[in-house]
Amino acid sequence: MSTSTPVTPETSGDPVPDSVGAPKPIQGSQISHRKAPRSQGLLGLLAWVIGILFVLPVAWMVLTSLHSETDAATNPPSLFAPLSLEGYKAFFAAGPWPALLNSLTASVISTLLVLLLAFPAAYALSIRPVKKWSDVLFFFLSTKMLPIVAGILPLYLFAQKVGLLDNIWWLMLLYTSMNLPIAIWMLRSFLAEVPIEMLEAAQIDGASLPRTLRDVIAPVVMPGIAAAALICFIFSWNELLLARVLTGTVAGTAPVFLTGFVTSQGLFLAKVCAASLVVSLPVLAAGFAAQDKLVQGLSMGAVK
Amino acid sequence: MAGAVALTGGLVASLSACAGWGGGGGDGGANSINVLMVNNPQMIDLQKLTAANFTKQTGITVNFTVLPENDVRDKISQEFSSQAGQYDIASVSNFEVPIYAKAKWLSPLDPFLAKDKAFDQADILKPMQVSLSSDGKVYGEPFYGESSFLMYRKDILKEKGITMPEKPTWPQVAAIAAKVDGARPGMAGICLRGQPGWGQVIAPLTTLVNTFGGTWFEKDWTPGVNAPPFKEATQFYVDLVRKHGEKGAPQAGFTECLNNLTQGNVAMWYDATSAAGSLEAPGSPVKGKLGYVAAPVVKTKSSGWLYAWSWGIQAASTKQENAWKFISWASGKDYENLVGNQLGWSRVPAGKRASTYEIPQYLKAAAAFAGPTKAAIEAADPENPGVQPRPAIGIQFIDIPEFPDLGTQVSQDVSSAIAGQTTVDDALNKGQRIAEDVAERYQSRENQ
Repeated sequence: MSTSTPVTPETSGDPVPDSVGAPKPIQGSQISHRKAPRSQGLLGLLAWVIGILFVLPVAWMVLTSLHSETDAATNPPSLFAPLSLEGYKAFFAAGPWPALLNSLTASVISTLLVLLLAFPAAYALSIRPVKKWSDVLFFFLSTKMLPIVAGILPLYLFAQKVGLLDNIWWLMLLYTSMNLPIAIWMLRSFLAEVPIEMLEAAQIDGASLPRTLRDVIAPVVMPGIAAAALICFIFSWNELLLARVLTGTVAGTAPVFLTGFVTSQGLFLAKVCAASLVVSLPVLAAGFAAQDKLVQGLSMGAVK
Repeated sequence: MAGAVALTGGLVASLSACAGWGGGGGDGGANSINVLMVNNPQMIDLQKLTAANFTKQTGITVNFTVLPENDVRDKISQEFSSQAGQYDIASVSNFEVPIYAKAKWLSPLDPFLAKDKAFDQADILKPMQVSLSSDGKVYGEPFYGESSFLMYRKDILKEKGITMPEKPTWPQVAAIAAKVDGARPGMAGICLRGQPGWGQVIAPLTTLVNTFGGTWFEKDWTPGVNAPPFKEATQFYVDLVRKHGEKGAPQAGFTECLNNLTQGNVAMWYDATSAAGSLEAPGSPVKGKLGYVAAPVVKTKSSGWLYAWSWGIQAASTKQENAWKFISWASGKDYENLVGNQLGWSRVPAGKRASTYEIPQYLKAAAAFAGPTKAAIEAADPENPGVQPRPAIGIQFIDIPEFPDLGTQVSQDVSSAIAGQTTVDDALNKGQRIAEDVAERYQSRENQ
C-alpha cells in the first residue's frame, strides 16, 4: 500500500471548526436577508420562471400526447383541441412490452454490475489508494474520451463474429463498461468523505475488509451509491446508438422502439409524444424513489 | 456483498425467462424469418396483418424490426455490407437494389419466380420491373410504388376561374400559383419541398432539372450541376417557392407539405402520388376537393419520378425459401384484397401491379387519384428521364453510392438559396465542384 493518501482527517469531513471560526459571513448573510426582501422576491420569481421554462417542453409533450394526430400537427399548436388517447392506443397496440423489458433488464443488471465493480475499485482509489492511483483514475476517465461512434464498427464486427448480435447480454456488457468509469469517479469522491477514524475503529474491532465495506462504509455513502446508481440507470435506459446498431428483432430496447414511430410519410407527433412519456416513466419513477438520497448524494463532497 | 451478487444472479435468472434474450444473428427459430423494414403506414398495416394471415397459412413466424427511413437505410447498409445474416428480408428501394445487386448483397429472385407462377411477375408495372433489376435479373419485388404528380384545390381554382391543364407545363403552374396565392387568408400558391436532404428537396428539384434539359452527369460523367439548364431549373424552383410557396419553405419536407395542403394553407402541391391516399382518407378536411394532374413538364413528355419500396432477400440468409414465401404473400395480388377488405381500400399498397387498377372496390375508393397515379408510374422512364443519355439509372437520383452524399451537400445550399441566404449561382457552382470530385472518385473505383 502506498503511504501517500488523497484523504486526510483534516480534509475529510468535520465542518464545525470552519463554521465556528467564521462568524462574520453568517452575520453578513443575515443582514443581506433583512436588507433585501425585494431582491429575494425577484430571485424567487426568477426561479419560478426558470422552473416553468424547464417544465414547459415536458408539459407540451404531455398535452400533444393527448391530442389527435391532426390537432398535434397544427401550426401554431392548438392548445384547446379536444383531448384524445389515440396516441397511447397506438403505442400500446404496437406491442412495447418486449422492448421495455429488454431496456429494464439491461439497465438494472448493468447498473448492479457497475456498482459491484465500482465500489471496491473506488475504495482502492480513495481510502486505501493503490500505487499510481491518480494514473489509474485518469485511465478510467480516458476511456470516456473516445466517442462511442468511433468504436461502433469494431463492436459490431466483433459481435457478428462471435454471434452476439441482437443479444441483450452483449448490450448489458457494453452498458456496464460504458458506465463503470463514471461510477468509479463518483463513488471515489463519496468514499473520500468517509472519516478515516471510522475505518480504524472497525479494524480495531476486528472487522474484515468485506465487512467493513458492507457494514461501515456502505451505509455512510449510501446517498452517493444511490446517486451513482441512478445516473448509470438513466444512461443505460436512454442509450440509443449502441442499441440501434447492435440489436435487431429480439433484443431491441425502448429507445429503438420509440424511434419506430417517426415516419417520413404521415403524421406521428401525438404517437411519439405518448410513447416518449411512457418510456420516460421508469426513469421518473426511479428519480422520485431516490429523490432524498439523490439530493444528499449530489451535495456530498460539495461542503467540506 | 454476497447478497448483492445473489440478487443479481436471481434477477438475471428470473428476467431472462421472460425477456427476449436473443440468440445470435439471424436465428429466431427454424421456422421464422427476420424482416427489417421502414415504418411507413403501409408497412405498419403489413405488420398488423402478418400473424393472423401469413403465419396462420404457412406456419412461418415473422419477426419485424421497424425503423424510420434514415435509420433503416443505415441499418440495412450496415447489415448487408457485412452480410451479417441477421435479417432475411429488408425493405429496399429502387435506389439501393441495383447497387446492392452489383455488390452481390442480394439474392436474385428469378429462381423463386420461375417456381411461383401464381405471383405473376408480368403483372408488375414495367417501370418497377426495370428499376428493381440488374443485369437482366430481378433482385427486388415492389411492395408499393409511387411517382410524382401535381395536386391542386379544385374549389380554389374554380373560384378564380382557372382551368388546370391535364398535362401542365411549369410556367403554367407558376402562373396559376401567382393567381391563387392568397385566395384564402394565409393560403400560399404552392407547396414545394425546401428541406435539405437528397430525399427531400433534391427529389422534386431533380425532376425539374430533367425536364428543363439538365442533368447531374452527362453520359461520360461530366458534371452538369452549374450548366445553364440545371441553373435555369433551380432558379425557377427557388423563385417559385420564394414568391408563392409555403411558409417556412426551407424546412418543409413531405410531411410539412402534407400538413399544409390538408389544413388549407396551400392551393397546390407537387409531390409523391402516395400522398393522395392520406389526402382522400375518411376524415380528411380536403377529401373530394382535390384534383390530380401529371407532373408538370418543359422539354420532356413526362417528368414524374419513380420510387418503390420493395423487398430484397439478403444473400447471406439461410432461410431464402421462407423469405420468398413472405415476399410472394406481401407483394402478391391477394394481399391487396386482404388490406382492402380488412383495413379499407384507401390503404391498399398500390402502384406496383396493373391488376390493382382493375379492382372495382379500389377504383371506387381511389377514384380521384388511381388513374393519374397509374398513368404517372407508367410514364416514368428511369433509364432515360431527360433529354440526354445518362451514365446511371434513376429519375430523381443517380443510382451510384455517392449520390446521397452529393445530393445532401447540394441540397443544403439550395435550401439556403430558398431561405435567401445564398444565390442559386453560388450554390450550384459549389455543387459542381462536389460533383466533379464524386465523378472522379466513382470512375477511379469502377476502373480498379
